[in-house]
Amino acid sequence: MMPIISRLLIEDPDQLIFGVCPKPVECGLGLVLGSGRVFSEVNFTLPPLTIGTDTWPEVLGHYDNMIDRVLKRAVSLSAPGIVIEFELLPAMTERPEWGAEITALLKGHLRRAHEKSGLSSALRVTPTDIRERDRPPLLRKGTAWEQLSASLNQCAAAGADILSIESVGGKEIHDAALMQGDVRGIVAALGILAPTDMTWLWNQIVSICEKHAGVVPGGDSACGFANTAMQLAGQHMLPDVLAAVDRAMSAPRSLIAYECGAKGPSKDCAYEGPVMKALAGVPISMEGKSAACAHFSPLGNIAAAMCDLWSNESVQNVRLLAGSAPEVFTELLEYDCRLMNTASRTGQAKILRDLLTRSDEYCNPQATILSAVSTIAIAKAIAEEKTPYQRTIAAGKAAVQLLKAAVAGGRLQIKTKEKMWLQKVESGLSQLPETPDRLLQDIEGDYGSLYLRESYGLDLEQSAVTTL
Amino acid sequence: MSIWNLEVCELFMLDLQQLHDAVLTGDCKAARSLVADALTQGCSPMELLNRYMIPAMDEVGRLFEAGDYFVPEMLLSGKAMKAGMEILKPMLVSSGAQPAGRVVIGTVQGDLHDIGKNLVASMLESSGFEVFDLGIDVPPPTFISAIEERKPQLVCLSALLTVTMPAMKTTLDAMSAAGVRSAVRVLVGGAPVTNQYAKEIGADGYGETAAAAVTLARKFVPRPQ
Repeated sequence: MMPIISRLLIEDPDQLIFGVCPKPVECGLGLVLGSGRVFSEVNFTLPPLTIGTDTWPEVLGHYDNMIDRVLKRAVSLSAPGIVIEFELLPAMTERPEWGAEITALLKGHLRRAHEKSGLSSALRVTPTDIRERDRPPLLRKGTAWEQLSASLNQCAAAGADILSIESVGGKEIHDAALMQGDVRGIVAALGILAPTDMTWLWNQIVSICEKHAGVVPGGDSACGFANTAMQLAGQHMLPDVLAAVDRAMSAPRSLIAYECGAKGPSKDCAYEGPVMKALAGVPISMEGKSAACAHFSPLGNIAAAMCDLWSNESVQNVRLLAGSAPEVFTELLEYDCRLMNTASRTGQAKILRDLLTRSDEYCNPQATILSAVSTIAIAKAIAEEKTPYQRTIAAGKAAVQLLKAAVAGGRLQIKTKEKMWLQKVESGLSQLPETPDRLLQDIEGDYGSLYLRESYGLDLEQSAVTTL
Repeated sequence: MSIWNLEVCELFMLDLQQLHDAVLTGDCKAARSLVADALTQGCSPMELLNRYMIPAMDEVGRLFEAGDYFVPEMLLSGKAMKAGMEILKPMLVSSGAQPAGRVVIGTVQGDLHDIGKNLVASMLESSGFEVFDLGIDVPPPTFISAIEERKPQLVCLSALLTVTMPAMKTTLDAMSAAGVRSAVRVLVGGAPVTNQYAKEIGADGYGETAAAAVTLARKFVPRPQ
């Protein structure tokens, strides 16, 4: 039985700070994450280009060009180290040898930069969770899982230092429930189905890493869940308070990776990362203002407050005035990190962390629940419960209370419409049934056709989820 | 001559305002029972649709654009509209009434994202369009078959990745090669897609938001009278 994290490794909000964590991770070519320094995590992708056999040399050419320029910029800026993330595109996961070929190409560049310039580095490789290709998704078997599994294995063999994923179990219900603002469906997704898949999937990923010496099981992200909510809220399609509570409720699901043996760093787009750091003590990657090349967010500064890696999320290989976009964003990240690391070196890290926090904290409900104080409150609520279902509800309720207190105290200003939704979410959370079995029964009519019980191991016995 | 009496319907106008409000507030139960009652009283299905239900959905669209409604409220109104339509539809069909238009929609080959596409599909449906959703990762031949079988006026293509945007052009090219391109208008959308890109690949329109896609759809396919 997997160990359940039941206490916080960081209990004092003042100890929850960028660059340091209780369980630093050694990885790659001489890199230690979370031991006092924040490093850049650079991610890049192709410009509009069809990926196929005929264009493959062009694809490789782009990656060769991007990594070359990024590393030259890092060396030029005397970066103390760097993490490169290679996030595979669906076609590169479907053909595992393609993902592996690019992994090897990137790792070759990192080795040469290490030998030539002494640049410490690590390569994070993140295959696409293509299991959602089929609807309803067949998660534990079938072609998609076979390709994904092969991709993880081949990338590990080809030189990945860290394996990560943005897994999608439960997303098939979460998408629909989110669009309807239905708390029951959201909790069923985040508190029942997603944890079940996370447990199964991360046991597989940890096993794969164990087969390849030096490959670290990194972490997951609720990107397909809470980031979807964040983006929709950013476009005024969903209430910000719903997105904020959804974020908090995504933390128990993402925590399961670490309960299964993941070591960190968490994925950059996992804004629930600070809760992972507080509970599991792992280094976390975050993204904010310097990831505006990929997406907007209301968390530009506050996201940096507790990070151990600082990421640009993704940028296309296009030409800007200064140079290529990947090298431009390497420079942006590097200066951000340099400032944080100087603050740490001069004993001013908490001052900078608090400025990063306060500049965003009450501008948006999603930022309010991301402060160190809020993070600890949510982490405590999670630690006090035993099952993912109970933890998800507890995290949601904690977020609601944090938001209500901020509104009541006049610190957070939200529209009447948002206040109505906060009440609606609170009411929805208070009306959930005691057991996950019962909730799945309750939502069967609305969502039953969207998921396969066998994908979650629920086809054997009805009581299979009572332990959740 | 219609068997339904407009004057009878107007006599019940006050009550029928409740139908408008039921759709507006997303009250499925009320929408269903009000439509049933009105039909029993002899009201015209077309009148119920055009004078109360569609204007309610127009108001929903306006509230959404103004930021007073979020998507959940809009979808709830769509459900109430659908609840009423389930009763109306057989009668509309037998009277020869047509849907606002017919749409084939899908996420292009190689792309697994569908939230935006689903939203556009829901909003089009709520606006009276008959929507055939082909799902995600849809290869060009599937679009072509759907055009041949469903005879839509509109085809909507969605993509979220820069590397799957070219599949929009591939799809359009395949439609041209199959001789079905001229039979439809094509709208494209998705985070990395731009109006300029839409023009470059020969699409007929680009919807930056779901609401914009519906507006364009209405422009391209005037509602049958």
